[in-house]
Amino acid sequence: MSECVIPTLTSNEVVESKSVLPEGWKADLSNLKAVDLTLPTLELLRRSTSRLPQDVIDALVKGRDAEEAGSRAFNTLNDMVRNILLADGHVTPLCQDTGTLVFWVRHPFGLSQRTAKQQVRAAVAEATKRSWLRPNCVEALSGKNPGNNMDPFHEGHPIVHFEEWEHPEIEIAIMQKGGGCENVGAQYRLPDAVIGAGRDLKGVRKCIIDAVVKAQGQGCSPGILGVAIGGDRVTSYEKSKEVILRKLGTPNPVSAMDAFEKEMTRDLNTLGVGPMGYGGNTTVLGVLVEEMYRHPASFFVSISYMCWSSRRRVMTIATQGTVSFD
Amino acid sequence: MIRLTTPITEAQVRQLKVGDEVLLNGRIVLSRDMGHKYMKEQKPEWLKPILENMVIYHCGPVVKKHEDGHWSFVAAGPTTSIREEPYQAEVIETYKVRGVIGKGGMGKKTSEGLQKTGAVYLHATGGAGSLLAERVKRVVDVKMLEEFGSPEAFWIVEVEDFPLVVTMDSHGGSLHEIVLAESQARAKVLMAE
Repeated sequence: MSECVIPTLTSNEVVESKSVLPEGWKADLSNLKAVDLTLPTLELLRRSTSRLPQDVIDALVKGRDAEEAGSRAFNTLNDMVRNILLADGHVTPLCQDTGTLVFWVRHPFGLSQRTAKQQVRAAVAEATKRSWLRPNCVEALSGKNPGNNMDPFHEGHPIVHFEEWEHPEIEIAIMQKGGGCENVGAQYRLPDAVIGAGRDLKGVRKCIIDAVVKAQGQGCSPGILGVAIGGDRVTSYEKSKEVILRKLGTPNPVSAMDAFEKEMTRDLNTLGVGPMGYGGNTTVLGVLVEEMYRHPASFFVSISYMCWSSRRRVMTIATQGTVSFD
Repeated sequence: MIRLTTPITEAQVRQLKVGDEVLLNGRIVLSRDMGHKYMKEQKPEWLKPILENMVIYHCGPVVKKHEDGHWSFVAAGPTTSIREEPYQAEVIETYKVRGVIGKGGMGKKTSEGLQKTGAVYLHATGGAGSLLAERVKRVVDVKMLEEFGSPEAFWIVEVEDFPLVVTMDSHGGSLHEIVLAESQARAKVLMAE
């Protein structure tokens, strides 16, 4: 079990050959009213559910190689890498908890959001039928499962955020966020007397440490932390999730925040929680922070914990209609 | 590495210690939130022969129904176990369960249940859905599928060399408590900086 796995994902040619999009498929963005996003969104789901982003794989491998060979932490990270290769090769879900599905759709003027939402929902229903997604949306009180990942009344699931932007392209980002890691997210209101956190970066630091210690292995560590400072309760949490879309290893554009992220990552990895909470040097893969504005009386720090299986993918439909995935 | 095959005896379980790596074989029974609430509140008799000396797995799998009607597992990693804390000890005692597989560990009440009945908590790698589904060789049966839906149903499956770590034993040992205490001590130092 402890043989060191070299992470090599299937080639792009193989991934393309399995695509649900017919070869040469193009969208006609000159007629936005007629654009059908169902098929490209289905392909986006196929990739996100089975293929982990390269930056996350690289971080896991770096973590593994920093653990003592043969240790529980090493073996666990190695099994995670093994799992990534299996899911990719078989086009099966990386994790049985295929998560809450969060989409961010950015589009030019002229696209009908109502139509686009129905197309995204159709793609999710189809992906569920194909066992790429678990039916993961149940009625709150009864626990009744409609079996198709749809909240039929409020359309609360899948979650689709829309934003009209100035670019001619359509971009759809997806995040599949598991329930275990969602449950260990936390929101603090500063000052916080319990952990002695004031209204400054030092206070934010204490919130982050507190959240990671409380999470232990429950959120499937090593985790990726999305942190929002400011906002109101809702926008703060929302932002803390959205920042997890940023690739690991890409610098925060605000240099003070970049330094803070690196310092936090280094310090959190001395906590000894380790992969799955077994102990070890790899407790987090990264910390991603964004500062927002806030009401003078409110100071929220919101932390979204993303499990190691950080499934996210961005699809771009270019002006000429070609589809690319990152 | 210790190889175990279900059904398991109390004597076998009592020998296991925190940190032991186990490869599990034989039949196991999947159950999570709805199943545990049901077992505690209704104590169904029909589950007794299915669970005695067996292992419960906290897992809501992605399953596939084939054209000939048989089922297979597509992804089947563990779910967070602590949600079953209010139910687990009683379930272990009522049904004489010898092992519970999950992730994240469980609390004091479960630990006491493990000691009393003679059972262990076995940790699987969370998120390793594909890897663990490969070790599920056959779906033997499924109960309460209509009532609970597929992620919550009692799936009875056969596993082969299912990789696990004992993180809570039948003598009160818990790796989770040790890691928690050590990380809390370190956090204190970091927060003071």
